[in-house]
Amino acid sequence: MSTEPTTGASTGTATATAADTAAAPRTLAVTDMALVVLIGATGSGKSTFAARHFTPTEVISSDFCRGLVSDDENDHSATNDAFDVLHYIAGKRLAAGRRTVVDATSVQQESRRRLVNLAREHDVLPIAIVLDVPERVCAERNAARPDRAALPRHVIQRHQRELRRSLRGLEREGFRKVHILRGTAEIEAAVVVPERTYNDKRDLTGPFDIIGDVHGCAAELEALLAELGYVDGRHPEGRTAVFVGDLVDRGPDSPGVLRRVMGMVEAGTALCVSGNHENKFGRHLKGRRVQLSHGLAETVEQFAAEDARDPAFRGRVAAFIEGLVSHYVLDGGRLVVCHAGLPEKYHGRTSGRVRSHALYGDTTGETDEFGLPVRYPWAEDYRGKAAVVYGHTPVPVASWVNNTLCLDTGAVFGGKLTALRWPEREIVDVPAERVWYEPVRPLVAQAPGGREGRPLDLDDVAGRRIVETSRMGRLAVREQNAAAALEVMSRFAIDPRLLCYLPPTMAPCATSTEEGYLEHPAEAFAAYRSAGVDLVVCEEKHMGSRAVALVCRDEEAASRRFGVSGGVSGGAGAGVTGALHTRTGRPFFDDPAVTEQVLARLRAAATAAGLWERLDTDWLLLDGELLPWSLKAAGLLRTQYAAVGAAAGAAFPPALAALEAAAARGKGDVGALLARQRERAADARAFTDAYRRYCWTTDGLDGVRFAPFQVLAVRGRNLAAELGQDQQLALVDAMVGADTSGLLRTTGRLVVDTADEASVAAGTTWWLELTAGGGEGMVVKPLAAQPREAGGGLVQPGLKCRGREYLRIIYGPEYTRPEHLARLRQRALSHKRSLALREYALGLEALDRVAAEEPLWRVHEAVFAVLALESEPVDPRL
Amino acid sequence: MFLTISTTRTAAGPATDLGFLLHKHPDKAQVFATSYGDAHVFYPEAGAERCTAALLLEVDPPALARRGRGKGRSGAAADAALAQYVNDRPYAASSLMAVALRTVFASALRGECRTLPERAAAPLPLRIEVPALPARGGAALVVRLFEPLGWRVTAEPVPLDAGFPEWGDSRYVRLELEGELRLSDALRHLYVLLPVLDDAKHYWVSADEVDKLLRFGEGWLAGHPEQQLITRRYLARRWALTREANERLELVRLADADDSQVEDLDNAVEQDGPEGAEATEGAEGAEGTQEPDRTTGAGTPGEPGGADPADPADPADPVEPHVPLAVRRREAILAALRAAGAARVLDLGCGQGQLLAALLKEPRFTEVVGVDVSVRALEMAARRLRLDRMGERQSARLKLFQGSLAYTDKRLKGYDAAVLSEVVEHLDPPRLPALAYAVFGAARPRTVVVTTPNVEYNVRWETLPAGHVRHADHRFEWTRGEFRDWARAVADRYGYAVEFAPVGPDDPEVGPPTQLALFTTTDPQLATKEKEEAA
Repeated sequence: MSTEPTTGASTGTATATAADTAAAPRTLAVTDMALVVLIGATGSGKSTFAARHFTPTEVISSDFCRGLVSDDENDHSATNDAFDVLHYIAGKRLAAGRRTVVDATSVQQESRRRLVNLAREHDVLPIAIVLDVPERVCAERNAARPDRAALPRHVIQRHQRELRRSLRGLEREGFRKVHILRGTAEIEAAVVVPERTYNDKRDLTGPFDIIGDVHGCAAELEALLAELGYVDGRHPEGRTAVFVGDLVDRGPDSPGVLRRVMGMVEAGTALCVSGNHENKFGRHLKGRRVQLSHGLAETVEQFAAEDARDPAFRGRVAAFIEGLVSHYVLDGGRLVVCHAGLPEKYHGRTSGRVRSHALYGDTTGETDEFGLPVRYPWAEDYRGKAAVVYGHTPVPVASWVNNTLCLDTGAVFGGKLTALRWPEREIVDVPAERVWYEPVRPLVAQAPGGREGRPLDLDDVAGRRIVETSRMGRLAVREQNAAAALEVMSRFAIDPRLLCYLPPTMAPCATSTEEGYLEHPAEAFAAYRSAGVDLVVCEEKHMGSRAVALVCRDEEAASRRFGVSGGVSGGAGAGVTGALHTRTGRPFFDDPAVTEQVLARLRAAATAAGLWERLDTDWLLLDGELLPWSLKAAGLLRTQYAAVGAAAGAAFPPALAALEAAAARGKGDVGALLARQRERAADARAFTDAYRRYCWTTDGLDGVRFAPFQVLAVRGRNLAAELGQDQQLALVDAMVGADTSGLLRTTGRLVVDTADEASVAAGTTWWLELTAGGGEGMVVKPLAAQPREAGGGLVQPGLKCRGREYLRIIYGPEYTRPEHLARLRQRALSHKRSLALREYALGLEALDRVAAEEPLWRVHEAVFAVLALESEPVDPRL
Repeated sequence: MFLTISTTRTAAGPATDLGFLLHKHPDKAQVFATSYGDAHVFYPEAGAERCTAALLLEVDPPALARRGRGKGRSGAAADAALAQYVNDRPYAASSLMAVALRTVFASALRGECRTLPERAAAPLPLRIEVPALPARGGAALVVRLFEPLGWRVTAEPVPLDAGFPEWGDSRYVRLELEGELRLSDALRHLYVLLPVLDDAKHYWVSADEVDKLLRFGEGWLAGHPEQQLITRRYLARRWALTREANERLELVRLADADDSQVEDLDNAVEQDGPEGAEATEGAEGAEGTQEPDRTTGAGTPGEPGGADPADPADPADPVEPHVPLAVRRREAILAALRAAGAARVLDLGCGQGQLLAALLKEPRFTEVVGVDVSVRALEMAARRLRLDRMGERQSARLKLFQGSLAYTDKRLKGYDAAVLSEVVEHLDPPRLPALAYAVFGAARPRTVVVTTPNVEYNVRWETLPAGHVRHADHRFEWTRGEFRDWARAVADRYGYAVEFAPVGPDDPEVGPPTQLALFTTTDPQLATKEKEEAA
């Protein structure tokens, strides 16, 4: 009875006899997550018993259900329907993890079979309580009840016969506990004692140190325990170690590992769940025939040697393994530890299925390229409240996925032995001393994402998708948008491992009614004031091309964190220290060597500014603008902007000359037309002047400038979410100030208090000066990090106010004419605003995931969604 | 938006007769409404010696944008990305000018003049100036188009921006035509050739207007040496209309987000014309003479007769002179699939579906799956295969869907064979490991056929400049050694055996134009036992 799963039912009480009735009252252990089946003839006192020992809602009686469906508790023609209802209700209760007592005669095996199956379906223990009462007593009780007085005696006799036939087979039927109460005295005196399942250790609150698959790596285990602060198996602060199983096989000293762990478990300083390797070794120890594969042969050999030293050890190990539970629910239900992972519906449950899942995980039935079973990625679907910490599947890096963490970092394969400090959620690991066992499958799949579990899958991105974000909940991506993004992402984007973020779109300020203006800062300040944001910062827009730079401290850091060095095909990947990409994930420069030159300059500036140490990181993700605009937009300039200027420049002089000549002739009135054409010619010249400001000639990197405005993320931190804009600009300024290459360009800014009229006026003046010279304009951002509205909603992370002249490039040369402005003021902004917020939430989500070193598919999912949303139909001029 | 027509006095009459011929009085300034704005006609000079009529189309950009969203185009096209407000239409003498010509000078175009019928029927000295003529094909093409019609042509390219000489010339030319022609002929030349020279992209006439345009070519178009080009561009414009209606707006927007053009993104396949018509110029139906790429055409197709480095001509092969390389490649692939006994086949990167068509012809291939990342390629494959008219039994054998080899894809599992024909070279090298994993690691067909160009052979393409790849979208081209190294590494890693075969004439020095690798799994059913213990 010491172990939960070993040999089925607890039979102790079943052998009690009626002769014992004189002894102390019977105590009936009833597990809190169980289906209790009362068994007894009609009139045996089941309902009375149930009412005495269980709460009214725990008990479902067949009589009651008969009444529900037929208005008559004794209408036996309604029995089938009544039991449908009974099973339905019981199923719902069990699914919710509530103890349930079925009050029906249940004297027939068939009716009990359905209940046992119901318990199994919901992975709870079926428990039988038999009320064995003499036929005479039953008859008397029925006679006393008017509704049952007419019950023929032979019914009770049949029940009694069936009950007797059943008694011995109840355990075989699957009941895990069988309590048989004989005679009214024993029934009267019985006491129900609640009992927790073996896996329920919610009362233990740790703190814990959960340790991954050891596989006989005794030296690494000792090193890790020392690192965690254990002295001879005991932690001075009373922490408890929890082993996720697979202590044995493959490694050099499985007996040593067992000795240490068993000692700690016996001393109460550790818990241990069973791994599949313990299970198989246990069967071997019991003399079953098992194949000595997957490293069991090593263990068997080591134990042969061990027998000489300590002959009793083998037996102790067998008992220890016999007693291992499949999983533990710990710390008030906040933590679940098991070997191979467990979906929420199995937490705290007990069944063969739960045990199998806990030990072996879920497999799809397929095998992979190495002949190993393909595991179903249960963690990707996991949405449970409890953190699940497990092992079983070797991964190169332990990383959280949906509140689950795999700690098997392949110590025996030369990886690391990893532990998690709980509740600190701190990872502690020690490297393997050597490769103790050659893996069948290389630990790292070569494809992007393989390092952190599995390569990217089409289901991560394609089709209609929902992406969970911590800031805006579930965000939908439409199928056609995902299809377009798939095309661009697959054909043109950089290596997804280096693509950590795509910048969200930004909404313009509300349309201005100021004469001659479509956009004006007054609207931006007013918008933030009404959202309750006082302090904002105005940041100059550079009119370059948006660029995201991933800068690693060195090639090794790029390889370690992003896994990109040493590519196999074509030598690509060698020398890669980061990426520089556009807002759709395309590389800025065709030549990787040029990208590396830019990265080298950024790196030098970060080093000189001491950012690596200040931010405790070996990589930086920067958001900024790359100038000039003409560098990236050359095609667009040729075919659209400059072309319009060229056509206008060629057409107007002769047209104006002809009109002037016609006017001079004085025949026919062309005066108004001439005046209009002169204005149009002037507008066209202003247009040409507008785009020219953002163009200059570059040669290699000569003339190329990068204006960073944000450090998006570094190791372990999402700085975009964490830091206010003043802190962001301070970081960026440090880099710009330390740059000696001339690449970096500072971003002009001004802090404005939207509640202070003078400050607002100063902001407006600043913008007017900025844009009078043709500047693109500015972005107004809340100064504080991640401000929210009073109602809790996200505030627009920024509003752009674009300059009057600049907007000619967007709205056409003549947009400033009053009739055009009047029409353009009808522009609809709501979709753009919604899109900006959704992309902002997705962008921050991607940064959260990158900072937390989540698997690539999790990062990529969010990044891809931003790209997909960029293809939503929104007025492109906004 | 501006052009002038001048004439001088002749024996037949004064220059001001131009007013009668145009049906526009030289002493008036007149306004005519057109769909795109007001057309003004006025005379900067009107003397007996010299008379000049000016046509100025005052384009209303918002009207243009509205028009762009209007009839003749599907509702899906009602998108601001296409209704560009920064647009050359208000300034350049584009196809809109042709519409204005017909509106304003309808009678003159027909050669009708009740007052002076004999002058309308006779040539007169004409000088036409178009200061900003959009001319795809440049000044040289302008000359080629107008000279055969009897004009003395001056065509000067307009620089894109005088401030940035390195940007070169714009697509506009300043055009002067001089000659002795009937006025109606001159107007009809302009009416047809302005749109021909214009870029088709933002031209929104309906199909019946195009038919009208063709009628105005009567009498001179048939004998024109560039008749083919003129006709083709008309048709191309009509297809362009269809294409714009089917524009992948999502891609347009992504291009827009990146300050680039949709042509840079949606370029996986060449724009398709109506069935059969494509063969008029080497755009697609080039299989007869050229090395066609399955996914052709980043950028604009070359002018007729001009060498397009993307499609180098197949050099004469002494052994089998008339079998194009693309056909040989397909035959080699089909032979490999037959030999492998494959019945269920994936064509990964199926492009326009040429191989799919060949596979469907053989009943032994019971299931044929075409996968491409380009939705446009899939649309074109469906059209090429006449999917909508395919019988049920046939169509049950065929599946077409969008997929990407940058990702693993469970739909690709369990097939006998996969073909990657001229696909790998379209990926950036850093992304090849993902493809290898998706195909060899995850999908794991028994047989994989990979073909790719042999870059060593490029020296044998006479039309391909040294050092150029065969196609603009080729991210690399491998030597035989490089291909073999890659293929062997992939085979080793994923448990395949690989053999190599040449496709096309195997040159003793540089090898064949196409190289083929045939991968076969070495352990298809490797140890599925002891599933549970393996961990």
